[in-house]
Amino acid sequence: MANIFTSSIGKKLIMSITGAFLVLFLTFHMLMNGALVFSDEAYDAIVNFLGANWYALIGTVILAAGVVIHFIYAIILTLQNRRARGKIRYAEAKREPNVEWTSKNMFVLGLVVICGLLLHLYNFWYNMQWTEIMGEHTNSLGMGPKDGAVMVRDLFSHLGYVIVYLVWLVGIWFHLTHGVWSMLHTVGWNSKVWMKRLRCISYILATLIVGGFALTVIIIYIQGLM
Amino acid sequence: MNFKLKIWRQPDAKSKGRFETYEVTDISADTSFLEMLDILNNKLIHEGKDPVAFDHDCREGICGMCSLHINGEAHGPDTEITTCQLHMRKFHDGDTITIEPWRSAAFPVIKDLVVERSAFDKILQAGGFISVNTGGVPDGNTIPISHDDAEESMDAAACIGCGACVATCKNGSAMLFVAARVSSLAKLPQGKVETLRRANAMISKMDELGFGNCTNTRACEAECPKAISISHIARLNRKFLISRFKN
Ligand code: HEM
Ligand code: SF4
Ligand code: FES
Repeated sequence: MANIFTSSIGKKLIMSITGAFLVLFLTFHMLMNGALVFSDEAYDAIVNFLGANWYALIGTVILAAGVVIHFIYAIILTLQNRRARGKIRYAEAKREPNVEWTSKNMFVLGLVVICGLLLHLYNFWYNMQWTEIMGEHTNSLGMGPKDGAVMVRDLFSHLGYVIVYLVWLVGIWFHLTHGVWSMLHTVGWNSKVWMKRLRCISYILATLIVGGFALTVIIIYIQGLM
Repeated sequence: MNFKLKIWRQPDAKSKGRFETYEVTDISADTSFLEMLDILNNKLIHEGKDPVAFDHDCREGICGMCSLHINGEAHGPDTEITTCQLHMRKFHDGDTITIEPWRSAAFPVIKDLVVERSAFDKILQAGGFISVNTGGVPDGNTIPISHDDAEESMDAAACIGCGACVATCKNGSAMLFVAARVSSLAKLPQGKVETLRRANAMISKMDELGFGNCTNTRACEAECPKAISISHIARLNRKFLISRFKN
């Protein structure tokens, strides 16, 4: 077992496990955001619960490790694959029938995800959990780190941010439409019969998760207008 | 029919290659693609020029020798056929046809359109065989095999080892080929016994030879002349992971 992760399938297994973990995280994150649509108090209660306590910190570190490992292996795989393709490219290459654009551009989509993520970390994590970790009472926005609802409503009152976040979400949606069935296929859970079902499930899951985030952002924006 | 051919010419493995343009005229629509290249080569030989080197053997879609990336597709524009089964009626009079060798680091070009595919032989030598004692030849149908298993095995066994999967894959991965070989044996009683060892050995060899990592794009199954399904890759993943976890 020692060298399982050095093999090609082993590296894919790492992508698959970290990917699955990120999908789970996104699902919970989306559900928690949803609370804000209904009640600021409920949302702030969650924000308080996930402040700078030990469980939340450990969770954050594990999550960060998941993203970093997923990203590092994405780079390793992509570089190896470029090398395996050889130095000379085809002068002419047709797109194969039934092959999704997404499946060939997971790395590019991942970069979109990372860029959005950096902005997102600055917007929220830095101004919430980090401020708390540093033991400060006001963040760069001049608000308390536990004023989650206020912060979110403030950010999404700007149309520009709404658009940037929606673009980011579209990137995640594409990444997931391929990622979900791909991660199951990688661990061997697929067959001729399940192929169609899994692809269908990928679209549904990606749409539910991303749709949930997008709706929250849009509703918050509209509530801000009223 | 008349065609303009843009063909990759490369004198040997070391030299740099480039495209040369040729013209062929009066080709009947029923000429096969390889016959059309034969006609071109006859002409080149008559003109005292070096004929275009390309691989072929059976010319009936069963040996896996023919290759060629034609107008951006492995084995040309038709589906589920090899290059030797392609006919000029698939093209239009006056077309320019681009002909390239397989492009993959594990399949270096030897000359013109011929590539070295012995990496596949090495993968087979690593595990694509049965080493348990299967006894003498039994009477037909004395070993019960379900229809589904027999079909699954035969579908996988249709792989002719042409390498179109590797040539098409953006990752230069040989997973479809390896999966076909592992699956065809894994579904039969004599082959089943060594499935885990086989999956492990063949994947290890595949990695060692510089093929890429599969990212499930499905391009291989779209271009495979035998329409081998990537569901075999799922089985291979499963068997390989079990075998590595067990060790
Ligand atoms: C919210 C963040 C992310 C989630 C939920 C996610 C999810 C997934 C999933 C489920 C897979 C399928 C794993 C497999 O095929 O076995 C995957 C694959 C992949 N991801 Fe991500 N990912 C995320 C971020 C990223 C980032 C930041 C990158 C870096 C550029 C990236 C690059 C890739 C690549 C290259 C693949 C391999 C494609 C494949 O094998 O099919 N991902 N991701
Ligand atoms: S899997 Fe298909 S494309 Fe690949 S070597 Fe076998 S027959 Fe050729
Ligand atoms: S020459 Fe044998 S398969 Fe084409």
